[in-house]
Amino acid sequence: MEENKLYTIQVFTENIVGILNQITAVFTRRQINIESLNVSPSSIKGVHKYTITAYSTEETMNKVVKQIEKKIDVVKAHYYLNDDLFLVEVALFKLSTPLVMAHPEISRAIRHANARITEVNETFCIVALEGTTEHILDLFYEINKVKDCILQFTRSGRIAVTRSCQEEVSRFLHERGEEI
Amino acid sequence: MDKITGSEALMRALKNEGVDTIFGYPGGAIMPVYNALYDYTRGENKAFEHILVRHEQAATHAAEGYARVSGKVGVTLVTSGPGVMNTITGIADAMMDSTPIVVIAGQVGVNVLGTDAFQEVDLVGVSQPISKWSYQIRRPEDVAWAVSRAFYIASSGRPGPVVLDFAKNAQTGMCEYEPVKVDFIRSYIPYPDLNMDAVKAAAELINNAKKPIALVGQGVELGNAQEELKAFLEKADIPAGRTLMGLSALPSNHPLNMGMLGMHGSYSVNHKEQECDVLIAIGMRFSDRVTGDISRYAKQAKVIHLDIDPSEIDKNVKTTVAVVADCKVSLPALTEAVNEADHTEWKESFQPLRQEEIEHVITPATKPTSGPLLMGEVAHDVAKATNSESILVTDVGQNQLMSARYFKYHKSRSIVTSGGMGTMGYGLPAAMGACYGAPERTVCCFMGDGGLQMSIQEFGTIMENRIPVKMVLLNNNYLGNVRQWQDMFFGKRRSFTPMCNPDFKGIAEAYNISYRSVEEREDLADAIQEMLNTDGPFLLECAIKPDANVEPMTAPGMAVDEMMLNVEC
Ligand SMILES: Cc1ncc(C[n+]2csc(CCOP(=O)(O)OP(=O)(O)O)c2C)c(N)n1
Ligand SMILES: [Mg+2]
Repeated sequence: MEENKLYTIQVFTENIVGILNQITAVFTRRQINIESLNVSPSSIKGVHKYTITAYSTEETMNKVVKQIEKKIDVVKAHYYLNDDLFLVEVALFKLSTPLVMAHPEISRAIRHANARITEVNETFCIVALEGTTEHILDLFYEINKVKDCILQFTRSGRIAVTRSCQEEVSRFLHERGEEI
Repeated sequence: MDKITGSEALMRALKNEGVDTIFGYPGGAIMPVYNALYDYTRGENKAFEHILVRHEQAATHAAEGYARVSGKVGVTLVTSGPGVMNTITGIADAMMDSTPIVVIAGQVGVNVLGTDAFQEVDLVGVSQPISKWSYQIRRPEDVAWAVSRAFYIASSGRPGPVVLDFAKNAQTGMCEYEPVKVDFIRSYIPYPDLNMDAVKAAAELINNAKKPIALVGQGVELGNAQEELKAFLEKADIPAGRTLMGLSALPSNHPLNMGMLGMHGSYSVNHKEQECDVLIAIGMRFSDRVTGDISRYAKQAKVIHLDIDPSEIDKNVKTTVAVVADCKVSLPALTEAVNEADHTEWKESFQPLRQEEIEHVITPATKPTSGPLLMGEVAHDVAKATNSESILVTDVGQNQLMSARYFKYHKSRSIVTSGGMGTMGYGLPAAMGACYGAPERTVCCFMGDGGLQMSIQEFGTIMENRIPVKMVLLNNNYLGNVRQWQDMFFGKRRSFTPMCNPDFKGIAEAYNISYRSVEEREDLADAIQEMLNTDGPFLLECAIKPDANVEPMTAPGMAVDEMMLNVEC
């Protein structure tokens, strides 16, 4: 058996309602848990970009990507390993100001992680951090050592760009465009 | 430009797509369309035949039957909510079997969408996972484009069902109409370019093969490549098995035809799949009903897979060489690239197994001399009486497997059956559709007592339109296929499979359908002749041995070469 790895799947679609359902259904049918999901416009006008992470095998990823691409309004789908990508996640921490004041090691950890304090008042402060999942989780565990300090916490889905120069879909669209 | 309603635009758009037959059922949310349809179905301007079915599921199956025999897109028209929910089984069935249909359903107006309005259902949400494309028409000016796009998607590439969810305000609203022809969608590549390197690699494998075998699927018929297939097989002298769905892609009497694949297919082909050195799959998808235990399927063979759908490659069986293209294009290229060959010895090696099957299975099933009637002999005799030129439509169950096995197919597009979904109740309405799709051909519909009763209301449609379907009811008073499995794998505990059946004669008479029953073998030939000679619909009820089994069989979980000739219960 091939071992499970974390894959990042990028899907480019036409800007039409209902596509998200069609994409996630391919994962659901194969019992694959989506770890994170981000949707945004791409650099190409009218084309949307989905960035999805999931643990799976390469063999399964191959099948998943082809089944996603089969949907009429999906333009292209690819899967990547971390090394193929520049990737980042964002996290927001809402912390108790009195507890942060009482525990200087928290401020040290925040500085050490290169996180930014974006808002402070006497009840809470907001800390923003971007980086890899591990990087974010390290800070989370560090702060969480102080009980009740973390009032709220949220992590964005992964966003990523490939190491290739342009969106890999642009050449495809260019070729298709000439047929019109 | 004059303005017309969205409903009128739909009529013009359907006409523009060459539609001649619509299977449908009206209701509140589709009434404006039915109002426009009135003028298009009578008088001088008559453009369409509209067949009023008796249940919407039958409308989709009829559209499937129409599409399968004609190669054209089948059309279904229904109302919202319960109307279209009744079509869901047919849509899923068409998806599994790559059948081009367009289902047009009414929907509540956009102003009340999402409010649980009367007969509102989230049709796009429900149908998306089981259709090739599903789209909601919200404005009358989108009708022309959406309809053309629907027909283009349904019929191109690997065909499939398309759903149009037609909001009421778009049916009644006014728009200008210009005919539209969609034949390009940038995100959709129905006909992938043939890769000549793949063709060369495939040809090299074939040229070096000592024991090649071809697996022929429905893709050959969908691609209209029956002649191209023959040319390829004949040049390289490759014996072939056909899937249930591809039975008429290669004529039964072709010397390279070795029989049907799969769980109840030919004994020789199932064994030879485990012995071949190169396996060439053509427009088939390695269904589990074909492969048996896939972890032990054809492991010794190099696999060449010709398919139009890239997502089929490596889905179930890992290929050595994939040729992704329409087989109408890939087969001639491959034929060109392969050497003429002679595999006489290899082909002859099928014979001993074939003889065993004839002796232990085929002859006893088709030429019994005593005991009650058997399904095999009825199928065999009906095929013979129609010179193997009629269309076989089947329901699901033993009746399906036995009629598919013992019918003969000398013309293409001659088998209509629910392969991937195994939908009971499919046969009768699909046969009605087949009668409209191929009016010049004889349509024989084989059904079980269970399956007939899942669509028996369609006797009404048949009565009203005098649809000349030749119905053969193989009555074993059992849900026979399930009963066989219970006997084989569940200790003969026949849990809810005996059937308490009605007087089918009385029902046929009530619907003014000609009827005859056969119990004795000596009456069979005469009864079949009477059925074929009678104009219009005919129901031939055959009293079948109640506990007969479909043989041979590869039991679930077994490898294909572990197929049993005769089953033990
Ligand atoms: C809609 C549906 N329900 C249930 C089944 C499961 N099933 C498969 S074959 C079969 C028995 C069919 O009985 P009958 O129509 O009498 O045909 P026979 O096998 O006796 O020829 C059943 C219940 C099915 N395939 N489809
Ligand atoms: Mg039965």
